[in-house]
Amino acid sequence: MLKLSRYVLYDILRSKVVIGYTLFLFVVSTTLFQLEENNSKAILSLLTIVLIVVPLISIIFGTIHYYNSYEFIELMLSQPLSRTRILLSEYIGVSLSLLSAFLLGIGIPVLLFAFNDTGLALLFTGSALTLIFTSIAFLASVKARDKARGIGAALLLWFYFALIYDGLVLLILFTFSDYPMEKFTIVLSSLNPIDLGRIFIMLKMDISALMGYTGALYKDFFGSVTGILFTTVVMLLWISLPIWRAVNIFKRKDL
Amino acid sequence: MIRVENLKKRFKKLQALDNITALFSEGQVVSLIGPNGSGKTTLIKAILGMVKADSGEIYVDGKKINGNPSYRSQIGYMPQIGRYPDNMKVGQLFNMMKNIRKVPAAELDTDLLVKFNLLSMFEKPLRTLSGGTRQKVSAALAFYFNPSILILDEPTAGLDPLSSEILKEKVLQEKTKNKLILITSHILSDLDELTTHVMYLQEGKMIFLKEMAVLKKETGEEKFGKAIAKIMKSDKKEALWVDEVLAAKASVKIE
Repeated sequence: MLKLSRYVLYDILRSKVVIGYTLFLFVVSTTLFQLEENNSKAILSLLTIVLIVVPLISIIFGTIHYYNSYEFIELMLSQPLSRTRILLSEYIGVSLSLLSAFLLGIGIPVLLFAFNDTGLALLFTGSALTLIFTSIAFLASVKARDKARGIGAALLLWFYFALIYDGLVLLILFTFSDYPMEKFTIVLSSLNPIDLGRIFIMLKMDISALMGYTGALYKDFFGSVTGILFTTVVMLLWISLPIWRAVNIFKRKDL
Repeated sequence: MIRVENLKKRFKKLQALDNITALFSEGQVVSLIGPNGSGKTTLIKAILGMVKADSGEIYVDGKKINGNPSYRSQIGYMPQIGRYPDNMKVGQLFNMMKNIRKVPAAELDTDLLVKFNLLSMFEKPLRTLSGGTRQKVSAALAFYFNPSILILDEPTAGLDPLSSEILKEKVLQEKTKNKLILITSHILSDLDELTTHVMYLQEGKMIFLKEMAVLKKETGEEKFGKAIAKIMKSDKKEALWVDEVLAAKASVKIE
């Protein structure tokens, strides 16, 4: 498996996009830490980047990479390699390169300037989101036959998770505000990895006190060991389910 | 060596393969001929497992090809249009394939690499190669691992006369080694010297699969093209394509 991924990784490094992404993250995060005197403020700004930019880049890059390596996939298919192995190698190659870009670009500054609970939670969330959105990207591109549709679908999915979903949640909470919704919101948040990540990091910061009763409940749940385990398991599901579905579709596909 | 039973494949409106049953054994050079869109490439891709048939079975060496990709280590495939990863160099491509196939260096067949003068291009990226050179790379790659089954899809299209002669020589040489070779081509004169068996496809149906000698005897013609033409003449509709081919040839002679 890793043997093939090595060639995928090599191909990605040659295209220099990932190097640019690393530099971008590095410059942004170091500047933020330099500008803000209070490191936790800088972390708060970084949070936006991690929650919005990282998923966007992961999903777009993943989709474009899939279509660009169509030739490579075709070539591999005529070799004694199983389809599962081919697609998973692609996934590992892409997600590893994006993950290392994230860890170099944001991980190093965070470890230097804000080596604490919040910083680590940020790195955990960012890494998970990278893997999740690459996985979703693969699902979108395996499903859609042509490039335009695939990238369109990927963008829509990002839009949904980053923006639309929050609106829907607000709508639901507003409509049913007469009922006790606290436990239900935990379920709702696990249906969107970005939301889950946001809550997970916010609770490590002091501002969670501002969130009222729901915040207290969140703190109670997500602050506990069960909560951390819950977050990890949900994130892992978000990584594995889309790529598992993608592999299943890919196996039955005509190429 | 390859047994195809009641193979059917439908692409939306087009019945690409309609109940194909055939047996190819070692020592044969089988020419797959027929008009564009008659299902030649689809049949080849089905054998390679790139296209999943709707119904019917394919056996390679007595084993059903479903799922297990290991049978492909016996097959060398030269695609109609060789598409390779842009950033990879020619040498890297061959190295990667060596890594994947795990064939000991002593068993590699570098004949075509040398004759096509590809060794001098090992440092060139694949995207800079011309169409003909790509064909040469595809051909060299198909023969590289000394497979017992060779599948060549339009091998001489795009090759200059000298290279296409080299390739023909190579096929003749492999024929003596008791291999099974499947060739599709529209250039019947190229096939004349090589072929032992002819399979004629039209609109996804197999019209016949005959030994070359039998075919020539039945028609009383010495030339492959004329023999095919004669058979097809008996049914005017099916003969249209052959007429076109012969008409094109006649016009070339006039020039």
